[in-house]
Amino acid sequence: MANSILFEIAKTHLWARKKQSSIAALGVTFGIGTFIILVSFMTGLNGLLDGLILNRTPHIRIYNEVEVSKEQPIEQSRDYKNSMNVIHSIKPKKSQASILNNKGIINALKADIRVKGVTPQVSTRVFYQSGSVLLNGNLIGIDVIEETRLYNFQQYIVNGSPLELKSTDNGVILGIGIAQKLSLNKGDYVPMVTPSGGIVRLKIVGFFQSGLADIDKLQSYTNIKTAQKVAGETSNYITDISVKLFDIEQAKPMTDEIIHNNNINAVDIKTANAQFETGTSIRNLITYAVSITLLIVAGFGIYNILNMMIYEKMNDIAILKATGYSGGDVMRIFIYEALLIGIVGGSLGLLLGFGVSYIISISPFETQAIPTVKTFPVNFDGLYYIIGAVFAVITTFFAGFLPARKASKIDPVEILRGQ
Amino acid sequence: MNPLIKVSNVNKHFHDPVDIQVLKNISLEMNQGEFVSIMGKSGCGKSTLLYILSTMDTDYTGEIYLNNELLSGLTPNELAVVRNEHIGFVFQFHYLLPEFSVLENVMMPALKLGKKSREEIEHDAIQKLRLLDIMDQSLKMASQISGGQKQRVAIARALINNPSIIMGDEPTGNLDSKNAQLVFDIFKQLTTEFNTSLLIVTHDPDFASKTDRIIEMADGEIVSKKRG
Repeated sequence: MANSILFEIAKTHLWARKKQSSIAALGVTFGIGTFIILVSFMTGLNGLLDGLILNRTPHIRIYNEVEVSKEQPIEQSRDYKNSMNVIHSIKPKKSQASILNNKGIINALKADIRVKGVTPQVSTRVFYQSGSVLLNGNLIGIDVIEETRLYNFQQYIVNGSPLELKSTDNGVILGIGIAQKLSLNKGDYVPMVTPSGGIVRLKIVGFFQSGLADIDKLQSYTNIKTAQKVAGETSNYITDISVKLFDIEQAKPMTDEIIHNNNINAVDIKTANAQFETGTSIRNLITYAVSITLLIVAGFGIYNILNMMIYEKMNDIAILKATGYSGGDVMRIFIYEALLIGIVGGSLGLLLGFGVSYIISISPFETQAIPTVKTFPVNFDGLYYIIGAVFAVITTFFAGFLPARKASKIDPVEILRGQ
Repeated sequence: MNPLIKVSNVNKHFHDPVDIQVLKNISLEMNQGEFVSIMGKSGCGKSTLLYILSTMDTDYTGEIYLNNELLSGLTPNELAVVRNEHIGFVFQFHYLLPEFSVLENVMMPALKLGKKSREEIEHDAIQKLRLLDIMDQSLKMASQISGGQKQRVAIARALINNPSIIMGDEPTGNLDSKNAQLVFDIFKQLTTEFNTSLLIVTHDPDFASKTDRIIEMADGEIVSKKRG
């Protein structure tokens, strides 16, 4: 009862000054609106950019690498154990490109509860041939269904679908750069020179466009069996194993485990792509910095209008106090006023933010990088709307708090006697 | 019978710019239903005393009782509750809230008290406005009525919680003689018909002479308490 009259007084005060109140509320509207637009657009863009690399990148990649033996034979000899051995011109050991015991590793990983999926890959070097021209390149054999499920492989396919790769025995999805250079169309056969010197002809079932020109000029995809055939190897031949986890944070510890258990090379996504996380966090920082600045400016607007209101309302405050309203009641009246401005302005800001974000999200945006994206990426995560609403209430509360406290401390005797 | 208000040995100093004692050992009593006026020259401390009695000024020494309850030393919030329930105010300037209607202005202290429903309070407020013969103005905004009417609305507001006492700081000081007479008649009616207690600061001798008792002050002291 007592609170509802305070609220009513607050409302009447604001209503009697429609112009000032709406300007103060508009400040909040623009602050919150801009926050929503910025954050939706920025995180949408972040998601797109991260997706460009991170979604397509396995969380852990297991591979074999040519390297120098860490322990040279002389160090194993007991006779030279305590001496300082100097070896010149160390050469790397010749080893197989295939991962040893790859079936065992794959099965062990598939059984792990942290793992979302495991896909083997066969990578082999080829030359794309067109007449007398030979183009250097890479042919990668993949498990199409799993790659699509785990790494959105289909997003980068133009003029075709990954399933055709599955159904066509000697099909290939050719990098768009190669296709342009050799002027090849879907359905054409492309001859490739294999590492062993033979020639295979694969049928083009689609084109691959990653947005990274250097990759598009080299890489093509086929199914694992075809790749093994091209490489001239058996069905045990697997060069890479990609692992996708449920929780990306587990990538680093799991990588260490895999290296330790299998004595093999593996790299986690964070080590391989450290720069993306930095970019994301800096973009987020900018978004929040700009939005908070806008809200603080809006807060000063509210502070200003309430301060003026309190000078105008000295008599009213004195009379309210004389008739039994306590300092706390008076304070609440002005805090309600601030919050009303904040809630009305903030709600309009959320609507404004949503509206503009929506318009952005349907605006055309063509990019080479991701052929399937036709409009600007906007993130409509409800969390940001909640953050915006909380922001609005908190800033207006603090903007109202100081003037309200001043009002609560007004000595009615001074005012009532002064005239 | 216990006195309605009992004041004993109240002293007050102003510290700024120099230390001046504005009230010196004030002691007085006032009974239920009395119509008392306080007179004196400007600066004699009569308004200061009124504001101390009103509980709004707490910077004094001594003791004040209202209905046998010691008011000295209560917190500002407790005093606000006392003012709300037991004390009605009428000032020289009307001090209505200009954005609210006449009726809402009258209801305001009762809404704060919160002991009755809004409908009951509205009913009470209409009754008080009838009593003061300004019911026809009830839906106008407070800023739209004349000075004399505003003062009557202020009296209605002072009455809304049926307080133990109504205090006035020169309530007729800003009114023409006709309206001043009207306000006095209302006060008189309140004491005779409703046994309301009134404590009015004035420097209008005509007004004072018609009250039950005049407390005359000079230089911060009570110089006489004569029956009117």
